Amino acid sequence: MADSYYDPKDLRKFGKISEWSEELGTKFFDYYGAVFKEGALSAREKSLIALAVSHVVKCPYCIDAYTKDGLQKGITKEEMMEAVHAGAAIESGATLVHGVQMMNKYDKLSM
Amino acid sequence: MATKSLKAKGNELAESNKQLDILNGGIFAEGELPFFKDKINEIGHFPLRPKKLEILQINVGYMCNQVCEHCHVDAGPDRKEIMTRETMAQCIEIIRNTGAHTLDLTGGAPEMNPDFRWFVEEAAKAGIKDFIVRSNLTIIRANKKYYDLPDFFKKHNVHVISSMPHYTRGKTDKQRGDGVFDKSIKALQELNARGYGMPDSSLRLDLVYNPSGAYLPGDQMALEADFKKALKEDFDIQFHNLFAITNLPIARFLDYLIASENYEDYMYSLVEAYNPAAVENVMCTNTISISWDGWIYDCDFNQMLDLKVASKVKHIKDYNEDLLNDRNIIISQHCYGCTAGAGSSCQGTVA
Repeated sequence: MADSYYDPKDLRKFGKISEWSEELGTKFFDYYGAVFKEGALSAREKSLIALAVSHVVKCPYCIDAYTKDGLQKGITKEEMMEAVHAGAAIESGATLVHGVQMMNKYDKLSM
Repeated sequence: MATKSLKAKGNELAESNKQLDILNGGIFAEGELPFFKDKINEIGHFPLRPKKLEILQINVGYMCNQVCEHCHVDAGPDRKEIMTRETMAQCIEIIRNTGAHTLDLTGGAPEMNPDFRWFVEEAAKAGIKDFIVRSNLTIIRANKKYYDLPDFFKKHNVHVISSMPHYTRGKTDKQRGDGVFDKSIKALQELNARGYGMPDSSLRLDLVYNPSGAYLPGDQMALEADFKKALKEDFDIQFHNLFAITNLPIARFLDYLIASENYEDYMYSLVEAYNPAAVENVMCTNTISISWDGWIYDCDFNQMLDLKVASKVKHIKDYNEDLLNDRNIIISQHCYGCTAGAGSSCQGTVA
């Protein structure tokens, strides 16, 4: 066992999850592959969405994977950083919009 | 940004046997990753054999005006190995008699060879269908004596293939040196002005894209569309095709991978992206590579690793195409670079 929770080398072993449940693993990877193909959105656009979400869900494996994927697709660092900000803005907005709940509760409890 | 070749710096990776030790050792010798030989054996392609010879690639010397970070040739201004007119004359004889339809001149910067123009003039007369010169673009703007190269290329109906790592200045200059982007743009505009790269023009202008780092190229068609859109909108530049070429882990790129601690990950990426369908059309099956001093190799990469062909015919002085085509191609782990994803060759993807 590693003595830390995250090891960059574990990303290479992602495919091994199928070994303990082939049916579900295969379904997942087929679905995953299909999602990122060219479609109504380009593979390039989907890579940027994935990068933003990777940050929001704070997945270090995903951040490594989609930074590299972006480089492979010729995405610039400016585009990548804007995508991260889009994710961060939603995340901070999600916190702040709860401020309305706080205000509602405050008003309800106050005379 | 590099300023000197590995050779001039006395770096041990300038020695081909040191590079081969790395490629044959480490994660491969320890069994973590499979040897290339075993992978192609699984699909019945070992030993790898040539098909019909289509492309004659001649490297006229390692001298170059640039010192690119990723260069597999370890080319640069300090490299003095260049082809003599005598060796060129031997090559012309081969070009006259070959069954190959394409002649592909590379370097270094081929234009820096003092006999380059003589060679092009003679080769153009030798009756080859597609005559390629791999030009790094900046050479056209490097010195007044090269300013007329676009006219010279046009006169001899040369097919120009040029490197362009990205359509943004930052990425290009980081890989190839400060000012390379602006000079390349100017050179492309000069070529366009002569009709090169224009839609329906018979003057072919293709670009080569190499990733500027430890990652593989993305989809060639998607990259081509991005390059076309950006170069047209920003600089009114047009070109025909974009070839996405994978960086092979040899010479300066290998040095970079090791120094940046990316070597293992990169080799994993290459092996993971191994595509059996690409093996079928890997470029060493239809190309031979000739060095500045007349030795024959399976490809330009094997040339840089000093892996001469496994044939009785090892030098152009003994050239015999039928005998040469009856050989086993020499492989090592760098070959994973040509079979990753959609495959990679000097003419772009192969699968």
